[in-house]
Amino acid sequence: MQQQLYQHTFANGLTLLAERMDHVRSAAVYIQIPAGCVYDPPSNLGLARVLSELITRGAGKRDKRELTTEFDRLGIDHGESVGLMSMPFWASTLARNLPLALRLLADIIRRPHLPEEELEACQEQALMDLSSLEDEPSSRVRVALRKHLYPAPLSNDHRGTEEGVASLTLPTLRAFYEQHFHPQGTIIGVAGNISWQPLLDLVGELFGDWKGSSGVPIQLGPEPSKRAHLHKELEQTQIALAYRSVPIGHPDYYQAVGAVEVLSGGMGARLFTEIREKEGLCYSVGAGHTTLKDRASVMAFAASLNHQAQRTLDKLIEELQRLPRGIDEEEVERVRVGQKTALIMSQESTGGRAASLVNDWYFLGRIRRFEERLAAINALTPASILAHLERFPPGDFSIVTLGPKPLIAS
Amino acid sequence: MQFHCHRLANGLTVIGETIPTSRSAAMGFFVRTGSRDEMPEEAGVSHFLEHMAFKGNERRTALEVNRDFDRIGAEPNAYTSEENTVYYAAVLTEYMPQALDILANLLRPSLRQEDFELEKQVIINEIGRYLDMPSSCASDHAQKAFFHDHCLGNSVLGTKESITALTRDQMAAYHRRRYVASNITLAVAGGYDWDRLIELVERQCGDWPTGEAPRVGLREAVGSGRFEIVTKEKVEQEYALLLSAGPPASSPLRHAADLLGMAIGDDSGSRLYWELVDPGLAESASCSFHEYMDTGVFYTNVFCDPENAEQDISLACKVLHQVQCEGIRQEELEQARNKLLSHLVRSGERTSRRMFSIGSAWTYYGTYRSIDDEVRAYEKVTLDDIRAVLDRYPLDRVTTVALGPLSDLKTPQWG
Repeated sequence: MQQQLYQHTFANGLTLLAERMDHVRSAAVYIQIPAGCVYDPPSNLGLARVLSELITRGAGKRDKRELTTEFDRLGIDHGESVGLMSMPFWASTLARNLPLALRLLADIIRRPHLPEEELEACQEQALMDLSSLEDEPSSRVRVALRKHLYPAPLSNDHRGTEEGVASLTLPTLRAFYEQHFHPQGTIIGVAGNISWQPLLDLVGELFGDWKGSSGVPIQLGPEPSKRAHLHKELEQTQIALAYRSVPIGHPDYYQAVGAVEVLSGGMGARLFTEIREKEGLCYSVGAGHTTLKDRASVMAFAASLNHQAQRTLDKLIEELQRLPRGIDEEEVERVRVGQKTALIMSQESTGGRAASLVNDWYFLGRIRRFEERLAAINALTPASILAHLERFPPGDFSIVTLGPKPLIAS
Repeated sequence: MQFHCHRLANGLTVIGETIPTSRSAAMGFFVRTGSRDEMPEEAGVSHFLEHMAFKGNERRTALEVNRDFDRIGAEPNAYTSEENTVYYAAVLTEYMPQALDILANLLRPSLRQEDFELEKQVIINEIGRYLDMPSSCASDHAQKAFFHDHCLGNSVLGTKESITALTRDQMAAYHRRRYVASNITLAVAGGYDWDRLIELVERQCGDWPTGEAPRVGLREAVGSGRFEIVTKEKVEQEYALLLSAGPPASSPLRHAADLLGMAIGDDSGSRLYWELVDPGLAESASCSFHEYMDTGVFYTNVFCDPENAEQDISLACKVLHQVQCEGIRQEELEQARNKLLSHLVRSGERTSRRMFSIGSAWTYYGTYRSIDDEVRAYEKVTLDDIRAVLDRYPLDRVTTVALGPLSDLKTPQWG
């Protein structure tokens, strides 16, 4: 399977990436703007979240209703979200409507009205997001875990704080928009039934004359404490735990991900087997690797009925600490097959491909070809993963719990 | 894309779409059984049995089931609803035979006593998890309130008490009663050889017991019309659900009902969106149509700050009442149709989506529905069809449940 990949960086710093997929009728676009919640002013945490809501309420020559109607008329599925480092805008549509989707997104990104009269409604939305978080224990414990893993502002959550959202003003929002919406660092990924040259011409027309300065440095705060318990009367205790790992681009990266897959990839993985299947301690348990450019971590989660929660935490820590002591060939074979399957199946989705192109470019400055990723997966062995774990053993855990009673981390 | 169908002597039906360019295959066993088919003393058994299926039989222990799925990179899963229990997996084409072998064996579990006791703990944990999620709790209450004495009101998870009291023998009896070959459809989509598949299925499933598994209590539900307040002091938001009756899966009106639900309450550009979400009055407000075998339901959800709840529920009722009286406009119909069709065509590009789509169509309509068949059916819907849905199934005859911190709420004023 020869991938048809394309790349162009415009003079203003904006990068366009594309993959042609012959077997589909659709196309997807993913535009990443370097305007994540990490840049929220400390007095206005939640700003990027509110901006992402306000920015679609009128753009170019259309007011908010016309904009929504136009997307719907063309059957374009679209959305925007706020990540830590960036604000992605995405759309997915039948390939023939891709140019129109790009035109609408260009309006939103470059010519938003940011109307004063809509601000309050957007703030209300963001405030309701915050209070609904209180009703979602598994999300709430994840948000709290970040606060005890990374220093501010890397620990920011897009929802921000009540005060931060409530005190927002339009000039602050506009200043943020002016400062962070610019072509340098913006990456556009397109995948699907597309032709490169017309796409390149269109993106050149829509974004080629966009101007703006480069990124803003981030000032890190002090390292946080590594333990917290949040009290709430719940049926289950939520357990969240994290430790440092290596980021994408690090020579150990694939081994680090492989190690997490031994713990949590597939049904026979250790956490599921030891904690759920053998002891029935919980319904959900798992771990995942998450990366920033310069740092990464492994985060593990479990939720257990309160009377079993201590045992669950003990088992979780035990499994993490046992990992460097030995891994079977059979476990690694399972990881290889699982990752290979996931890799091949990800080629079916235009939306997934568009995001993946952008991700690669953001982190690595290049697109990883299918063969490269496959080779890295095939090269995983018990010895290579164990060597990584010797260099970076799981430990020095950040642990956050949410439930009626605190737990003891041995 | 080509359609195939084969019926084994024992009554098991196999249907498939072959997509020669695809490197993967998705397969799912659709068992026509769920919480609606349970007797009161069996509450939660369908879902518990779905868990027990993964515990293996004389061929594999529980850990071996997991290990063997992992060996072929399958991400198997299963779900149980009021009407269906579905076991599925997607694998690379070359692993299709092994995947079928493991998946088919899930449906003939040994139900070992020790596995049963251990898994009970997992299920009770799962129930605890849902109790901590107010939106799920609200759905469960609403389903019960709307259906009251109709078996679709049965909870899928059951309760801590019903699960604790359930015995292995009760589960085995339920399995014998419901998991007969004629009550099961295997759906497959992707790149694979049909004849080879049938050979494998004959070998794996040819000896499954046959028999009848009739579904009782089939009737259209109109809804109790109740207004219930469920007070949970520690919950932050108010979760209001308004349910009204709709056409069953067999009705020619189902496509119109789908489009109507979307025009009223899709997550962008719909009536509820403009009325409640856009002005920042509700965190979310949506309406969607769901069909069951013998009935249908329009689910209208409003999640909001408690202080807005009374006003928001009234506004949602106003929207429903207005649509009931005046219908929707042609451009609203077109807008809903464009969104739905675009989504339909795009989802056809994923083998697993196709598998679910043909599997549930077969289960509900007893027929194959290609993407083009569905596209044509949605294209044909007119405002007259929308009117016919509204006349037959009044949207403003709602059953309402509000779960959250409030203990008092005024019944909404219509109109």
